[in-house]
Amino acid sequence: MSTDAQPHPEPSRTSDRVMIHVDRLMKTYGAARPAVAGISFDVRAGEVLGFLGPNGAGKTTTMKMLTSFLAPTSGRAEIAGRDIYADSLEVRKCVGFLPEDTPLYKDMTVLEYLEFVCEIRSVDRAVRQKRLRRAVDQCGLGDRLGSLIGELSKGYRQRVGLAQAIIHEPEVLILDEPTSGLDPNQIVEIRSVIKSIGESKTVIFSTHVMQEVQATCSRVLIIADGKIVADGTPSELSRRASGLSEILVEVGGARCDSDSPRQLLEHVDGIASIEALPKEGGGARFRILAKAGADPRADIANVLVTANDLELLQLTPTRASLEEVFRKLTTTDAGRA
Amino acid sequence: MKNILSIARRELSSYFDSPIAYLVVSVYVILSGSLFFWPLFVGGQADMRGFFGIAPLLLFIMVPFLTMRLIAEERAQGTLELLLTMPITDWEVVLGKFTAVLGLLGVLILLTFSFPISVASIGPLDKGATFAAYLGMFMLAGTYAAIGVMASAFTRNQIVAALIALFIGFGLYIVQHVLAPMLPPELGRIATAMSVDGHYESIARGVIDLRDVLYFVTLSGGCLLIAQASLESRRWR
Repeated sequence: MSTDAQPHPEPSRTSDRVMIHVDRLMKTYGAARPAVAGISFDVRAGEVLGFLGPNGAGKTTTMKMLTSFLAPTSGRAEIAGRDIYADSLEVRKCVGFLPEDTPLYKDMTVLEYLEFVCEIRSVDRAVRQKRLRRAVDQCGLGDRLGSLIGELSKGYRQRVGLAQAIIHEPEVLILDEPTSGLDPNQIVEIRSVIKSIGESKTVIFSTHVMQEVQATCSRVLIIADGKIVADGTPSELSRRASGLSEILVEVGGARCDSDSPRQLLEHVDGIASIEALPKEGGGARFRILAKAGADPRADIANVLVTANDLELLQLTPTRASLEEVFRKLTTTDAGRA
Repeated sequence: MKNILSIARRELSSYFDSPIAYLVVSVYVILSGSLFFWPLFVGGQADMRGFFGIAPLLLFIMVPFLTMRLIAEERAQGTLELLLTMPITDWEVVLGKFTAVLGLLGVLILLTFSFPISVASIGPLDKGATFAAYLGMFMLAGTYAAIGVMASAFTRNQIVAALIALFIGFGLYIVQHVLAPMLPPELGRIATAMSVDGHYESIARGVIDLRDVLYFVTLSGGCLLIAQASLESRRWR
């Protein structure tokens, strides 16, 4: 964007330059409650933003507004400094979009389709072949160029969808559920494509799969009922989840039942709750939640091993998974976490 | 302009990938051909009038089957959403689709040039009148195409789109043939002025009147504008 009169210096990878600026964006269908209820956020150049939320939370509607397909009811948004409504055609030029369910023309071959996209996207004839080859390589479509899109597997169709979104080398990529309906191998492949694209571009993608966010994103936005309920890096969100960290304890030995270690543990400081887990054979397993800021691991080891001579088989700190964060944030009316 | 042609080219090649275009074109050529050659062989009469007379009826029935999928299918498949998030205006999409049908109808009409050529080889052909009639036929076909594009923009269901176009076409056809004779003469004249057929017939007689041309251009343009508004309405709601 060298022509852009941005006050910021040239962007490096993740720079301070705001690529997407969303300001109290709202969309109401009919008279019902808003699908998107006035959300605001910024995405900096080079960020890979995971847009997380249950179905019907407003992810798709937000993306449709950002790509100028729908107009916001109120509020505004800018992409690369241009208003999505007033300057819609310019915005569309610098955005690549993959809608939900990858709608493609099934009666065209992959090559025909990508050439058609190049035409509509006004990719200069001089560089068209180069761009085509790059997109095809990046998405691993080399051996399918002559296939009819309608005859491709879901995974390959998804690659075609990604290829059409990056062929004009947009600064911003918006992907709506790019991995839904794929098998685990395909998911891994598509994720790695997204990751490699994300190295040079600003990406927003939506999903309701948590691991996806953990695997691919530098930042997560959780949205529920049209509102943003959390915003941060995946690990920040996990940490913030409950203020508690979780410890898995496994005690073994023949003379160990599940009650005695539990009683011992109850006297340790810094433990908020103890939950017994099923365990085969002798011994016992517990999931322990530590109080905020406390790390009771040393005390646990002491009281079990040193003081009572039990066999400590496992003492593992685990962090609350994003899944728990997600469930917590999207099922209660907690508002901002 | 470039975008319009890109859309039209894609649409045309998609026509020739599907059986429906071949079906409609061959049914049209066979029907109108038999209507033309029957009197020629049986009655020994080489005349274009029968062919030009039946053209409006054939076109209003067949064009909807060519136009029904244009926008409705893209709506149903979701490809419209992807297309409209590319740097292309709604108007370019509508015009591109319209251009594609127009191209196909052009081919279809070109195929019937064999009729006047065979008339000319047997006896005298009124070249001026034939030319005018073909022009009228093309404008008529274009108008039905615009109506079809509009109907296709209204719905995601191709059958519904075809029915809407048929219904409108039928309405425009019968105002003159059924409604006009029943009305008092002044209203009858208005009904005739509104109907597609009256304008076509006056051109087909060999008189290219600006008013008739204007009628077709306005009606087509109006339909295409409504189609565009229908696409754009997603941004008003």
